[in-house]
Amino acid sequence: MKHIAWIVLALIGALSLSVVAFSRGEPINALWIVIAAASCFLVAYRYYALFIARHVMRLDPARPTPAVYRADGLDYVATDRRVLFGHHFAAIAGAGPLVGPVLAAQMGYLPGTLWIIVGVVVAGAVQDFMVLFISMRRDGRSLGELVRMEMGPVAGTIALIGAFMIMVIILAVLALIVVRALAESPWGMFTVAATVPLALFMGVYTRWIRPGRIGEVSLLGLVGLVLAIVYGQAVAASPFWGPLFTFTPVQLCWILIGYGAVASVLPVWLLLAPRDYLSTFLKIGAIAALAIGILIMAPPLKMPALTQFVDGGGPVWSGALFPFLFITIACGAVSGFHALIASGTTPKLIASETDAPMIGYGAMLMEAFVAIMALVGATILDPGLYFAMNSPTAITGGDPVSAAAAVTAMGFPVSPGLLMQTARDVGEHTVISRTGGAPTLAVAMAEIFAHVLGGPGWKAFWYHFAILFEALFILTAVDAGTRAGRFMLQDLIGLAVPSFRSTTSPMPGLVATALCVGAWGFFLYQGVSDPLGGVNTLWPVFGISNQMLAAMALMLATAVLFRMKRSRFAWVTVVPAAWLLVCTVTAGALKLFSPDPAVGFLAHAAKFSAAVARGEVLAPAKSMAEMQRIVFNDRVDAALCGVFLLVVLSLLVFTVRTCLAAYRADRPTAHEVRPDLAAAQ
Amino acid sequence: MKALWARLRETALLMIGQPSYAAYLAHMAAHHPDRAPMTRIEFFRDREQARYGAKGGGRCC
Repeated sequence: MKHIAWIVLALIGALSLSVVAFSRGEPINALWIVIAAASCFLVAYRYYALFIARHVMRLDPARPTPAVYRADGLDYVATDRRVLFGHHFAAIAGAGPLVGPVLAAQMGYLPGTLWIIVGVVVAGAVQDFMVLFISMRRDGRSLGELVRMEMGPVAGTIALIGAFMIMVIILAVLALIVVRALAESPWGMFTVAATVPLALFMGVYTRWIRPGRIGEVSLLGLVGLVLAIVYGQAVAASPFWGPLFTFTPVQLCWILIGYGAVASVLPVWLLLAPRDYLSTFLKIGAIAALAIGILIMAPPLKMPALTQFVDGGGPVWSGALFPFLFITIACGAVSGFHALIASGTTPKLIASETDAPMIGYGAMLMEAFVAIMALVGATILDPGLYFAMNSPTAITGGDPVSAAAAVTAMGFPVSPGLLMQTARDVGEHTVISRTGGAPTLAVAMAEIFAHVLGGPGWKAFWYHFAILFEALFILTAVDAGTRAGRFMLQDLIGLAVPSFRSTTSPMPGLVATALCVGAWGFFLYQGVSDPLGGVNTLWPVFGISNQMLAAMALMLATAVLFRMKRSRFAWVTVVPAAWLLVCTVTAGALKLFSPDPAVGFLAHAAKFSAAVARGEVLAPAKSMAEMQRIVFNDRVDAALCGVFLLVVLSLLVFTVRTCLAAYRADRPTAHEVRPDLAAAQ
Repeated sequence: MKALWARLRETALLMIGQPSYAAYLAHMAAHHPDRAPMTRIEFFRDREQARYGAKGGGRCC
C-alpha cells in the first residue's frame, strides 16, 4: 500500500522523461526537465539509497558514531540531520555544477539532462554516500588516510599526489572562469573589487567592534554588495573610473595570482572568513531564487534536443559525445572532489548512522538539481546567442557582424542586432566570446530574475548580481583552496623532508604557499594567454582529473566492500567505477594520442611545431612566440594527462590486489574503528 | 515557528563552520565540569580558526 504513491511518482517521472527525450521539432517547456529530474531523484532516494543503506552498508542505528563516542562539543558534535544536510550541501555546492552543464549544452539539452539524472543516481550520489559511510566508521578520517588504511601506504601517497594535482587544476580553471567573466567588464570588476574592502570591514567588525555577530555583519555585507552592484553602473560609465576598472585578461590573471598569494597568508578572520559568510549565504540564496524563478517563469527551451555537435567538432569544447560529454558535465553528475568533503567535517557531525543516506546521497541529489537548473538556464537562451557567447574569438572574430555570420553558418541563425541588444540589456560592452560558462549563466539568470522581479529594465542589475555571486564563491574557493593545497603539499614534501611539516617556523608554509600559487598560476596564465581561449583546453583536463578522483573514491569503496565480505553487493560501486574508468581513460588517451589536432594535445603540438620548423604562423596564433607557447602548453597538458592516467591506473592495480586478498580471506578484514575501543583511548 | 527559526539559524551558522554554542556548553557541563568552558567569543574564534586556518579549508569546485 505504502508503495502506491511512489509508483505514481515514478510514472510521472517516466512520462516527463519521455516528453523530454522524444519531443522533436517543437520547443518543450523547461518544467518537463525539472519534473523528470525531481521525480527520478525522489524515487531513487526512497529505493536505491535505502537499499544501499540497509543491505550493502547495513547501517546500524544502535552503533555510536564518532560524533557520539568522541563528542567534544567542537569538531565532533551530534547534529540534527536537517541542519547537517544544509552544512554538507553548502560545502559541496560550488561553481562546477553551474559551469559544466552550461558547456555541455553545446550538444543540445538531451544528453546533458540524461547524464545528470542517470549519473547522479548510479554514480555521484553513491560515491558521496559510500565515502561518508567509510569515513564515519573510521573516526571521520580523510580520504588519503582511508586509502592508506584500506589499500596500503603506497596507494595512500599516490592518492594524495593525485588529489594535490587535481586541486591545482581546479584552482586554475576556477580562476580562469573569473578572468573570462570580468575581463573588459568595468561594472563586474568594480563590484567584485568592492567585496575586498567590504570583507576587510566585516573582518574588523567581527574581530573588535561586535565579535562573533555573524548575522548582523552578514546583513551589513549584503547591503554593501547591493550598493556595489547599483553604483557599479555609474562607475563603469564614468570616463575617469571606467577605464580604471577595465582590465585585459592577462592583467586580470596577474591580479588574481597576486591576490591569491596575499590572501592566503593573511589572518583568516580578516578576509577569508567574512567573505565566506557572504559567498555561502549568497550561494544558497541565489540557488533557491533560481529554482523559484524557473518554476514561476516556466520558460520554453530554445536549444534543440540534439545538435550536430554530438559527433564532435563543436566550437565550445572539442570531441564527441563519448567520452567528452561525461568529462564536461563533471560535478553535477559525479564529483570526485566531494570525496574530500564527505571525509572532512561532515562524518564527525553525524548523530546516527541512519542519517547518512539523507546527507550523503540526498545532498548530492540536490547538487544534481542545481546542475539541472544550470542546464535549463543555458538552453532557454537563443542557441545563436549561446554559441556566439561560448565560441572562442578565433571563431567569432570578436565583433557582432562576424560573430553573427559565423554562428549563422553553424546553423543557428542570429542577427548582429540581437547580440548588440543583449550586451546593452545586461550593461556590457559585448557578449561575444565570453567563454567559461559564467557569463552565459548570468545572462540566463538575468532573463529569469528580471521576468519575476523588476522587468526587462532590471536585466543589467541581475546580470551583475549573477556574475558577483559566481565570482565571489570562486574567489573564496581560490583562497581556501590555496590554503588547503599548501597543507597537502607540506604533507607530501614532509614524506621526504620531515622538517617541512613544521607549523612553528613560517618558512615551510610560505614556500608551500608560493609553490601552490605558482602551480595554479602557471596553468591560469597558460589558459589566459592561450590563443585558443583556454577554457577549451583546461576544462577537459579539469573534468578528467575530477572524474578520476571520483573513480579513485569508488575503487576505495569497492575495496572496502570486499574487505567487509559484502562482495555480493560490490556491483553498487564497481559499475560506476568501471564506467568512470572507461570514460576517463578513453578521454585521457584521446587527449594524449588522438591524431585529430582539435582533440589530441600531442597531435596539436606536432602540427604547430612542424609549422614552426617551416617558419609558418598558423591561426589563431599571431606570432612565432605564440606558436612556441602553444606547442609548450600542449606538451605540458599532455604530460599532465599522462600523470593522471598513471595515478588512476596504478590505483586500479592496488584495488584489484586488495579485493583479491580480501576475497581469499576467510573473515572480514576491513579496518573499521570500533567505538568501544576508540572511546576507551 | 520559533523552533523552525532556531533550526534555520543553526543551519546557517553551521554552513560557515560555527557549531552550536549551547551544545558545546552542555557537553562541557556534562563531561568536564572541572574545566571552565570558552566564552562565546573565544568559542567563535576557535571555530573560525579551525575552519579556515588549519586543514579544514576544503571547499568544492
